[in-house]
Amino acid sequence: MSCALLLLLTSLALAMGTGTAVEIQRPRGVPQSKRQFYEENKPFTCLDGSSTIPFDRVNDDYCDCRDGSDEPGTAACPNGSFHCTNAGFRPAFIPSSRINDGICDCCDTTDEYNSGATCQNTCREMGRKERESLQIMAEITKEGFLLKQQLIHEAKRAQEDKQGKLTELQGSKKGLEGKVEALRTVKETAEDPEKEAKERHLKSWEEQKELIRMEKDKTRMAEAFLELDDDSDGYVSVAELQSHLELDPDSDGSLTETETQVRCLLFLPLKSREDVPPTVQTPEKREDDELSMPPYDTETQSLIDGAYIHLQSLICGPEFIWICRNLEKEIGFDFGPSAEFAYLYSQCYELSTSEYIYRLCPFNRVSQKPKFGGSETNLGLWGQWAGPEENLYSVMKYDHGQGCWQGPNRSTTVKLTCGKETVVTSTSEPSRCEYLMEFTTPAVCQEPASLDEVLHGHTEL
Amino acid sequence: MCLYRVLVLSVFLSITQAVDRSNFKTCDQSAFCSRQRAMKPGQSSYTALLETLELSDSHLTVQLLNNNNKVLLLLELYRLQGNMTRVKINELKPIKARYEVPDVLITDPPTELMSVVAQDEHRVVLSLGGEDWRLILSAQPFRLDIMEGPQVLLSLNSRGLLAFEQLRIRKDTAPTSGEEEEAEEEVDQPGMWEETFKTHADTKPNGPSSISLDFSLPGVEHVYGIPEHADGLRLKNTDGGDPYRLYNLDVFQYELFNPMALYGAVPVLLSHNTHRTMGLFWLNAAETWVDVSSGQGSSEVPQTDVRWISESGIIDVFIMLGPRPNDVFTQYSSLTGTQAFPPLSSLAYHQCRWNYNDQEDVSAVDQGFDEHDIPYDFIWLDIEHTDGKRYFTWDNNKFPQPKDMLQGLLDKRRKMVTIVDPHIKVDSSYKIHTEIRSRGYYIKNKDGGDYEGWCWPGNAGYPDFTNPEMRKWWASMFAYDQYEGSMENLYTWNDMNEPSVFNGPEVTMHKDALHGPWEHRDIHNLYGFYVQMATAEGQIQRSGGLERPFVLTRAFFAGSQRYGAVWTGDNAAEWGHLKMSIPMCLSLGLVGISFCGADVGGFFKTPSAELLVRWYQAGAYQPFFRAHAHLDTPRREPWLFGPDNTALIREAVRQRYTLLPYWYLQFYHAQRTGQPVMRPLWVEYPEDIATFSIDNEFLIGRDLLVHPVTDERSSGVTAYLPGNGEVWYDVHTFQRHDGAQNLSIPVTMSSIPVFQRGGSIICRKNRVRRSSSCMENDPYTLYVALDSQGKAEGEIYIDDGHTFKHKTDKQFIHRRLSFTANSLSSSVARIWSSYPNCRRNGSGLLKEYETQDHKLC
Repeated sequence: MSCALLLLLTSLALAMGTGTAVEIQRPRGVPQSKRQFYEENKPFTCLDGSSTIPFDRVNDDYCDCRDGSDEPGTAACPNGSFHCTNAGFRPAFIPSSRINDGICDCCDTTDEYNSGATCQNTCREMGRKERESLQIMAEITKEGFLLKQQLIHEAKRAQEDKQGKLTELQGSKKGLEGKVEALRTVKETAEDPEKEAKERHLKSWEEQKELIRMEKDKTRMAEAFLELDDDSDGYVSVAELQSHLELDPDSDGSLTETETQVRCLLFLPLKSREDVPPTVQTPEKREDDELSMPPYDTETQSLIDGAYIHLQSLICGPEFIWICRNLEKEIGFDFGPSAEFAYLYSQCYELSTSEYIYRLCPFNRVSQKPKFGGSETNLGLWGQWAGPEENLYSVMKYDHGQGCWQGPNRSTTVKLTCGKETVVTSTSEPSRCEYLMEFTTPAVCQEPASLDEVLHGHTEL
Repeated sequence: MCLYRVLVLSVFLSITQAVDRSNFKTCDQSAFCSRQRAMKPGQSSYTALLETLELSDSHLTVQLLNNNNKVLLLLELYRLQGNMTRVKINELKPIKARYEVPDVLITDPPTELMSVVAQDEHRVVLSLGGEDWRLILSAQPFRLDIMEGPQVLLSLNSRGLLAFEQLRIRKDTAPTSGEEEEAEEEVDQPGMWEETFKTHADTKPNGPSSISLDFSLPGVEHVYGIPEHADGLRLKNTDGGDPYRLYNLDVFQYELFNPMALYGAVPVLLSHNTHRTMGLFWLNAAETWVDVSSGQGSSEVPQTDVRWISESGIIDVFIMLGPRPNDVFTQYSSLTGTQAFPPLSSLAYHQCRWNYNDQEDVSAVDQGFDEHDIPYDFIWLDIEHTDGKRYFTWDNNKFPQPKDMLQGLLDKRRKMVTIVDPHIKVDSSYKIHTEIRSRGYYIKNKDGGDYEGWCWPGNAGYPDFTNPEMRKWWASMFAYDQYEGSMENLYTWNDMNEPSVFNGPEVTMHKDALHGPWEHRDIHNLYGFYVQMATAEGQIQRSGGLERPFVLTRAFFAGSQRYGAVWTGDNAAEWGHLKMSIPMCLSLGLVGISFCGADVGGFFKTPSAELLVRWYQAGAYQPFFRAHAHLDTPRREPWLFGPDNTALIREAVRQRYTLLPYWYLQFYHAQRTGQPVMRPLWVEYPEDIATFSIDNEFLIGRDLLVHPVTDERSSGVTAYLPGNGEVWYDVHTFQRHDGAQNLSIPVTMSSIPVFQRGGSIICRKNRVRRSSSCMENDPYTLYVALDSQGKAEGEIYIDDGHTFKHKTDKQFIHRRLSFTANSLSSSVARIWSSYPNCRRNGSGLLKEYETQDHKLC
């Protein structure tokens, strides 16, 4: 009923000529592969089989087939597509709405046969350019892929090393744990005699050198403390302890904060226990001390030594755990299918723009620092690999950066592309506080197909 | 139906308040408003001195005496052509001139002869033409009544609220001469000579100057108009609350259902009942408040009382007597002009964001539309494209080659808009600033120096757009050799032209700033109007007068329709704001501004994919169709929400493109007749009471009815199909429905309920291409929807889409299409001289139309 009343009168053609500018063999816009469906002078059946029409209604600028297949060379069907041969370059399909729209889409100009647009045939030039850039890309890929193999090799070796070290450490840790436990018992039993011995010793010392102790002893204690208290604020800080390399347990030349914290736990009681001479900390000073206390008797000394060793062991416990944890963390990272990204760990890469210096520390964080003063902004902490399913390792995501006013926390997406060098090539902020970084690395280079293979199939003549 | 209404209500109530109300005045905080509003209805203190009455061919004058202070006013009455009456009241002898709004009326309105029908010592009866149109001027107390036969259509000062604060000398500075008048001693009230809001002082050197007048509309329950407010179509009673405020303001995160002032002001109110539509045009550009009170008048007849209060200027009111809605539109447009006929492409889809970052970004977005096969015509650049918010410049790092970028767009037959705001960075190395300063074109502060305020660039000056010399100079800045990097496909967006002054009172300019002899107080609501006027003029001039301009403005006034498009400002990504876009644009259409749109997706905050899709679907059927987003929101180009949503948005945009011929025809009509493009249902069905309060659906022209889905997770809408005996066709399914019914329509995410009126013929272009320009030579498809008699009529209008040649050379085709007895014919609607595209086929045009052949060329 509704059909009877609502009529559609289509193709009230205004100013549309149907002149044909280019003579071609098969119906316009049909690819070679579908040539056989368009037989001249035979009824044409829509490719979806929905209907059959006389052949003169193919490409007559009126849409008959639901699938658009009767108008491969005109813009009549909304869902049609047009095939350009593009000899010298790559053939392509374009939506039929781009036929005769005044814009040159096909490099062979075949899409603009009746629009008045003046298109140049650029296929040969484009083909040449594409071959050139493919060649360059292929070379980069080739070299990059070689570098990647090296990276994989190194990563494998490093991984094995670390795994070995970890296993070793875990073994000795187990042993030490027993030892620490044993020492704890020893300590507990040793502490009482030590204390007694000390008290005994001090008592006789006080008896013999009462006056000297009265005048000097206190000063000496204070000096020992002052040795550590660099800024004389009455407290021994972490930084102050870190400057005393003699306290460095792993002898790597520096005291990490964790190490220091371990130390701190041990030192802080010393500060309050003025009655214990600073034997551990400044043994060399004692030798020059003219007013030194006579040495402890052997028994006392050995008891103290015993306690010292056991203290050392206590230190070792947490250190081991710390080292092990770091190793575990590093081994546990997803550095790619062949650990090819492992070399980026603990490295940082910078890019300087007109306003900022951007810094990418892979698997750690991304940051931005204004060139002309101002504090650094955290653009995100390592989150996860975030590429598409088939290419997971092409994108890194860093999130939970510094918050934005009225907005989300800053985050950065890092797009990885194949390159010989490891460089940050560009940064942008497509959305407020959502950064995009482009990063080249050999680690994403794919095994190169031969150049012939790359170019093959891109030309249909 | 009931349930549905309840649900809608609950959604509205759940909207949280976002605006910081304390930044904006209430009537109580505005000294003149509170002073005037304190005056209650009663006997007017004014007497018309009939012995002073003078009647000339064109008008009548009579003096009004304020019995309290003996100040004399002069009333001027004009009978205007087209069934309008103009009432002007000014002081008889003001101590200095009071501001009268220039440039808004397109001509001095032509008058018609007035004649005295009867006169005695109490009243004068004047004929307004026709059989029984009368105007009665009563002397004591003064009032005016406009009558049709025995029926009072409208009364002025019937509630005695005429108040006219005469200009005066401040008492503490006035010389104490012996000239004591008989007048009662008038006591200065607080706020008359200075006023402070928050930390902002208003010095008011001219003292009090406000005016007020009441109008009573017997038999009227429905009044509309006085935009811009984020409120329903039908105006609400303001008793017990604040009046509707008209004062152009940059309101941060505005609130819905609220009489607070927004970016623009059109002081035009329409009244409507089943018999008659009328309009009141209060021509005053100062801060204005409008009280609306509906209720029972005498003898149980419903009545609406309206009271206008303005801070300065004179009373100059146009009473448009209709009687049909169309008549009011014709009357109003004869005063202030019609909607500018926009370039066809500007009716297509616009892609905007604060901000597209750089040339690469623009190019990638442009590419994205092609990759996803979504058409668009304009891409927009917000303030970040400039060199440090210096308008007419480009950021050299981000946009080093603007012409290359524009050429790239031109190659795809697309266009760009850049923002040009009226605040000018104070920077001695910025040419625009130094020129304006050296020519003395800046607005001055109260002490005579250049007024400076804070806006996007930091410290900024504000050019005095009320100065015609300044506007001429501004227009010249759009010349291709002045605006470097501009090309013919670059158009303009005027934002922040309320004007917005971040550190000014109510985020705008100090009222004691000076525009030559006038205070900003007098001209405030006109500023944005002038900015757009000068910009549009610049675009016309750069093309040698050939090309139609396209300029979008945020601030506007009566008459702004002549210069381009407006949008509803900084809305938010909330369902309530999507709903509100309909009444806001409907209200603007009623007062002449047809080219209206809301930011698709919502400016502030982040829309859900569902809200974004629904907004595209609604926006595709509103006049100005532009997506926009705040700088701090995540990207939301149409393809970022998964393939399903991309397809839904693509389909909505494609529907817009297929209907562009129909939209273009509607704007052609709007330009010629002043009829709104987007219309409330009551405009076409003025006798159907059920349509009077509908503002969740609307008509485009006469023939398309749209009821967008504006509720979250909606499974259906109820659309009212108007018209007894009318039939409506679902444009997607062609299913037929009878008029005068509430139709329940089940919806899915792809539904956009749209109906074509039976009896209409709508022209579409079904070959949707990358941009509207690409479709210019494509064939039309006629959708003929028959009425119950099997007939249909329609029109087709074709021209080049972008020049003035349709006007200057009459290069267009305008034909009437008619379908009857199973045959389609066409006849000329307007004579044209030639149209190049037709000539190309070599057929004689005149011959074609003489044969009444349905082939157009």
